[in-house]
Amino acid sequence: MKTQNNRAWLFVLPVLLLVAFNALIPMMTVVNYSVQETFGNNLFFWQGLDWFEGLLRSDRFHAALGRQFLFTGLILAIEVPLGIAIALAMPRQGGWVSVCLVLMALPMLIPWNVVGAMWNIFTLPDIGLLGYFINHVLNIPYDMTQNPIAAWVTIVTMDVWHWTSLVVLLSYAGLVSIPDAYYQAAKIDGASNWAVFRYIQLPKMKNVLTIAILLRFMDSFNIFTEPFVLTGGGPGNSTTLLSIDLVKIALGQFDLGPAAAMSLIYFVITLLVSWLFYTLMTKDDLN
Amino acid sequence: MLGWMAWTWPTAFVFIGIFSAMGVLTLLEIRNPGGDARKGVLGLTTTRGDRLFITLLGSCYIFLAWLGVFGTPLWVPLAIAVAWGGFCFWKV
Repeated sequence: MKTQNNRAWLFVLPVLLLVAFNALIPMMTVVNYSVQETFGNNLFFWQGLDWFEGLLRSDRFHAALGRQFLFTGLILAIEVPLGIAIALAMPRQGGWVSVCLVLMALPMLIPWNVVGAMWNIFTLPDIGLLGYFINHVLNIPYDMTQNPIAAWVTIVTMDVWHWTSLVVLLSYAGLVSIPDAYYQAAKIDGASNWAVFRYIQLPKMKNVLTIAILLRFMDSFNIFTEPFVLTGGGPGNSTTLLSIDLVKIALGQFDLGPAAAMSLIYFVITLLVSWLFYTLMTKDDLN
Repeated sequence: MLGWMAWTWPTAFVFIGIFSAMGVLTLLEIRNPGGDARKGVLGLTTTRGDRLFITLLGSCYIFLAWLGVFGTPLWVPLAIAVAWGGFCFWKV
């Protein structure tokens, strides 16, 4: 039997402590809250599984969950292909590489609330550059504060603007790590551009794409600040995503019990989808 | 000291259960290292830890689905979850 030095585990200990305090203990507290009712003063009353039962049958929750899945689906469907396309179009060598990389990294450097505020002003129909252009130059009625479809287009466009770069940078890192020999072999075989992409570039990018898709899924599924600053969940409830609804229940109505139950359902959904993504995309490697 | 965490006995038992299961797995790992990796019916290569994870996550969904469709009491989903756990450790 191979002897293993298990001392390395000691180095993980500080991280474990950190995770315990910033994730595990708050998580346990949320579980405790989810089965109780509180009116403040640290007084709790046993409620059992009523909050879960109520939530799972509530139309409001179903609608928010549906909007959340729609948002995440749109984000992944747009950002992943677009990110790969931009990464493929970017130069691999020369002076333009750093220019492109810096340009791509810029949106990600801007804090979330600033992105929300920027897009809010940018798209206002009377004073925003984009809003004014669409309304008064293209003559298309567009007002994200009144029209749900306009609000959706705006939050999706905003997220695409903010986060496609992440997919671009990860894909680009995957692309530049492919040795030239592969391309030379493909050229000798007379492979088309599509064949090169399908059989060389895509398989070589698989690992970074797994990370990119996972990160974009988790981020867009848990997104709060940008749409909250941009639309505040409106008009009506049309852009009230799960996280916005959760904050409304927890902080607006101070219903900590139902909010805790909702967080846990939210958590197990994120956990399952992330696990499925990861397992399906790494299945071949492990076997 | 732990008053702010609003502990109740039922939730405490849930966590005691999960942590004991992890403890048992640790002991098993010390006795038989390697995680008992194998390829199961789902086509996945799983270790003991993976099987515990799949059991727990699956059980969450079994309980939530039952609560959403039929409501309380939860004896039937408990039986289903135990059966699911047995299946996971046996076949997955």
